[in-house]
Amino acid sequence: MKDNNNVQEARGGFLLNRRDFIKLTGSGILVFFTVGDIDVLAQQRGFGSDYPTDFNAYLRIGEDGRVTCFSAKIEMGQGVITSLAQMLAEELDVELTSVDMVMGDTSLCPYDFATVGSRSTKYFGPPLRKAAAEARAVLIQLAAESLNVNPDRLYSENGVIRDREDPGMKIPYGQLAKGKRIERHLKEGEVAIKHYSRHRISGKATLRTDSMEKVIGKAKFAGDISLPGMLYARILRPPSHSARVTKADVSAAKKITGAIIIEEKDLVAALHEIPEEAEKALGQIKAEYEIPEKDLDNKNIFEYLEKNAPQGQMVTQKGDIDSGRKQAAVSIKSRFLNHYVAHAAIETHTAVAAVEKDEVKIWSSTQSPFMVRSSVARALGFPPEKVRVFPVHVGGGFGGKTTNLETVEAARLAKLTGRPVQVAYTRKEEFFYDAFRPAAVVKAESGLDKEGKIIYWNFEILFAGTRSSEPIYDIPHQQVLAMGGGFGQESIHPFNTGAWRGPGSNTNVYAMESQTDIMAQAAGIDPLSFRMKNLVDERMKRVLKAAADKFGHSFTKGPSGKGVGIACTDYLGTYVATMAKVKVDKENGGVRVERIVCAQDMGEIINPQGAMLQIEGGIAMAISAALSEEVRFRGGSVLTENFDSYDITRFSGAPQIDVVLIDNNDMAPQGCGEPACTTVGAVLANAVCDAIGVRLYELPMTQERIKKVIMKG
Amino acid sequence: MEEDIQFSLNGKKANISVEGGRSLLSVLRKEFGLTGTKYGCGEGHCGACTVLIDNKAIRSCTRTMEEVAGREVITIEGLAGGKDLHPLQKAFIKHDATQCGFCTPGMVLAAYSLLRENPTPTESEIIYAMDDNLCRCGSYKRIIQAIQTAAEEMKGG
Repeated sequence: MKDNNNVQEARGGFLLNRRDFIKLTGSGILVFFTVGDIDVLAQQRGFGSDYPTDFNAYLRIGEDGRVTCFSAKIEMGQGVITSLAQMLAEELDVELTSVDMVMGDTSLCPYDFATVGSRSTKYFGPPLRKAAAEARAVLIQLAAESLNVNPDRLYSENGVIRDREDPGMKIPYGQLAKGKRIERHLKEGEVAIKHYSRHRISGKATLRTDSMEKVIGKAKFAGDISLPGMLYARILRPPSHSARVTKADVSAAKKITGAIIIEEKDLVAALHEIPEEAEKALGQIKAEYEIPEKDLDNKNIFEYLEKNAPQGQMVTQKGDIDSGRKQAAVSIKSRFLNHYVAHAAIETHTAVAAVEKDEVKIWSSTQSPFMVRSSVARALGFPPEKVRVFPVHVGGGFGGKTTNLETVEAARLAKLTGRPVQVAYTRKEEFFYDAFRPAAVVKAESGLDKEGKIIYWNFEILFAGTRSSEPIYDIPHQQVLAMGGGFGQESIHPFNTGAWRGPGSNTNVYAMESQTDIMAQAAGIDPLSFRMKNLVDERMKRVLKAAADKFGHSFTKGPSGKGVGIACTDYLGTYVATMAKVKVDKENGGVRVERIVCAQDMGEIINPQGAMLQIEGGIAMAISAALSEEVRFRGGSVLTENFDSYDITRFSGAPQIDVVLIDNNDMAPQGCGEPACTTVGAVLANAVCDAIGVRLYELPMTQERIKKVIMKG
Repeated sequence: MEEDIQFSLNGKKANISVEGGRSLLSVLRKEFGLTGTKYGCGEGHCGACTVLIDNKAIRSCTRTMEEVAGREVITIEGLAGGKDLHPLQKAFIKHDATQCGFCTPGMVLAAYSLLRENPTPTESEIIYAMDDNLCRCGSYKRIIQAIQTAAEEMKGG
């Protein structure tokens, strides 16, 4: 039982002192697990964070036999609340209903950077399994001591330890945990876990475990937290991201009974116990601004991005592009454009903050509770361990809730007023402060030899980032250069940009798989055979074939007029092949997506039901991103303010979606939340081209743009 | 100016003194603590704030308290009317029709209103009736299945 006293030394945010920690976690059997896998740590660091090296998973078996998993991952609809519980229940041999998930509580859960990148199952799952396996070993040891028998005789089943030689005997886990506090702190490699062939909970289609509270309206989101004396804040917002307040006259606002007006540096806010009164008071604040506007809009943004692209980063370089060019029978150059899109979760960014004597309490619609904790601590001048972010449901994230300005605002206002404060963005504020998926340009150049093999591939990516940008085909001469990241560090954009479900990949796969289709057409080969011919990766071929079998279409040389398309990708280890059938109204340019087939190989599947939901949902979301979503702006002013001018997929736009889950249990679980959606821009671009015979080089393919290319021919 | 407004809320008499111009959404959430009704857009575009007024699905964000006086309001918390779950709620669970769950209460109530008017809707009638309720997680297909299952279960009252 080494490291027994190390809890308080744990780095990376888990800074409770030992007494508090024991009080919070109570008695029982606790297992902490250290992820020691160098590759995993390197990947997570690569994502821009100092990932802790001590532990990132722990669980507790209580006296009542209930098992609690503590994880700073958050649930935002993607279903890890269920799949992680399945992994734990499986390895510990308890029913799924005996597992409680405590997620995103910064005082109870070990540090985690954020819930992003389809990483929860992939990176949190394996150590959780090992922690559970170790807990099971502890239980068997305790039972052996209590029965005074050899532990080899004992085994676990459904929350009890049994004796092979005494079938009537059983000791419940809770009884073994009673009155004890046992801590285990493990290192990688010490524990063996079950082979998937023995699984009975993991790998089985399982309904969400949090539906009940959601269908009766009891699930608590950040805005549902109400504290005594709480004030509702409305904050003065500039008309543009480049605007600066030069004068704010708050005298009229102050006259509203009960209104509290705060002016502190950049923060001007009206607060009131009644939300409408706060709004009224805000309306009385007269502000003047200085707006040094850049001459930028949806039309000239791409030219501007090309002009201002920074130095590139080489993603891949093999062979020699020049000799590829010389050997090519056909060369094709394209320029693909993708506009800014918003996350547009139905829950707007919302936070409640209370500053008490020596503690700050936060409820936040966030994908990254620990980032919230450090930014609140920094803004208020509190030590981070005095800021506690409590768990709440998150009403959709998609990458957009990794930035949480509203939480810092709520905390600042709570400190300034001495009362709990809620900041809930209006839809207009939501669009204004969203960290949009960056507008991006991909310049593609590639060529074919006489046999229809891709001989060279030369891509320049501007502002989409590097993810999924390595060609999936077998190409002797290739080069991919990425200029400007996709994660919003650039000051180049007129507003915030950031990660949007499948960040970067959406744009990259759109360009890559569109270019592939253009080459197939040039080679006079149907798009399925062309891909098969140029793939050597057997795993990808299998996924593509599975999709084709389900789609049941015999592809011919495009454009075929049938409106069918293909796109595939490798998204951080998850392989996806998607096929689509569309109908285009040639009079008005409207697209109707009739059917989508998506085959996905994500390694071992924990919850096939949850996986299907993620794939279906991701596709539905990405359809409007490909066909209609485009943030309108002029300089730093965001002209898109609500859903009447920002058309997201609705019931009538959601097609039949057939999902094929590839059986590949021998591979460790990969991610699922994002991969499928990244193929949708390309598959629809290819299907639309197949339908109308002309290609669009710009997403979204709005009705107007399609109509325009049809008229031009 | 505050005024006394009486209405029926989840089957019980409600009496409250508020500014008549306040939105039903705000009053339900703040004054009655019924937080199952959600703010999504504030202008009636998304349906997250849907409640039943006299059994019809109505956007509570654009409805004022004055307009609610004397009417019968049902929110997600009152839908089952004291029973465990309404067939729609059961069907939403059975079909995994929730993801993040934020649009769910509005979806369930919009579906209730539809089934009251049309107990045996076709798929396209469901799509037409529900089309202004938005779900960014994209659970549409599952929600349609849930409504069909509930319709089946509710047959004959």
